Amino acid sequence: MSVKRHPLFMPLVVLGGLIQGFGLAYSGMARPEVVLDFLQFDDLGLVLVMGGAAVVSGITFFVATRFLDRAPLTGDTYGRRVKSMDRNVAVGGVVFGVGWGLSGICPGAAYASVGIGNLPILWAIAGMFIGAYAQGYWRSRNEAVSGETVTADD
Amino acid sequence: MTGLALQLAAELFPRGVTQYAVGGVMVAAGIAVIYLGTAIIPGNSTFLETTLSYVSNRSRFNQPKYLASRDWRVVFALSIVAGAAVWGLLLDPGAFTTEVQPWRLFGGGILVGIGTRIGKGCTAGHGVCGLGSASRTSLVNVVLFVGVAIVTATVVAALGVTP
Repeated sequence: MSVKRHPLFMPLVVLGGLIQGFGLAYSGMARPEVVLDFLQFDDLGLVLVMGGAAVVSGITFFVATRFLDRAPLTGDTYGRRVKSMDRNVAVGGVVFGVGWGLSGICPGAAYASVGIGNLPILWAIAGMFIGAYAQGYWRSRNEAVSGETVTADD
Repeated sequence: MTGLALQLAAELFPRGVTQYAVGGVMVAAGIAVIYLGTAIIPGNSTFLETTLSYVSNRSRFNQPKYLASRDWRVVFALSIVAGAAVWGLLLDPGAFTTEVQPWRLFGGGILVGIGTRIGKGCTAGHGVCGLGSASRTSLVNVVLFVGVAIVTATVVAALGVTP
C-alpha cells in the first residue's frame, strides 16, 4: 500500500528516531540492568528519564495545540494522546508490568539496545513480536466472531 | 544542609543525574520533532503489530491505519537503532552486552508484546506521550505497569535470580 507523502516526511521520521535512539542510549534505558535497578529502588534515574520526557512532551503538546495551526508536512491538526479507558488498558498494563519487571526492557529501549551492540536483546525483541502476534491472532479471531471493530494506536 | 542533600542524591542516584535528565529530554525531543512536523505522536510498540502485517493476513494487523503507517514505523525503529549506535560511536563506551539471562529477556519480551498491544501503549506511548497529554487512561496504565513491575522485579530478585 503506497501513500503519497511530503518528501520531507521520511527524513523527519529518521531525524526523530535518531534523536530518540541517542537519548535512550544516553539515558541508560537501553541497558536492562538500569531499569531493574530502578524497580528495586537502587537507582531512581528512570523517574528523571520518564518524568523529564513527559514534561517536555507536555510542553510540546501544549504549545502545538494552543498556538500552532496545522502540521506543515501532513496538514493535520495537532492533538493530544488521549486513549479511551477500558478493561484492556488495565489488563495490558498489568501484563506489560510483569514483562517489564522480568526483563527490564520495553519496546523503544529494546530497539536502542540493538544499536549499542547488545545482541542478547534480540531474545526480548523476538519475544515482543511473538507476544504481539499472539494477541493479534486472538483478537482477530474474537473480532471475526463478535464483529467488534478495531481501533489503531498512533 | 547542602551536604545532606548531596548525600541523599548520591544514594538515590548512584550513577548521577545528568545522563537521565539529558537522555529523557532527548527521548521527548525525538518525539517532538516528528510531532511538530506531522502531528503524529509516534509510539514505539505499534511498530511490532504493524510490522506483522507484512507477514500475516490476520485482520488485526491489516487495519487500514496500520497498513498506512507500517513503512514509516519500520524506518522509525531502524533510526532508533542507528541513533543509539551513533551514541556509541561518538562517546565510545564500547559495545554493551547485558548480563540479564536470555529466558528473562525472552519471557519478559513476550509479555511486553502482549501487554503493550492490549493496553494501547508502552513506556513511550503511555509513560511519556500519554502522561504529557495529562491522559487519565495513561496515568492508570503507568501506575499499574510500574507497580506490577516493581513487585515482579522484587520477587524475582528474592527468588535468587541474578541478574
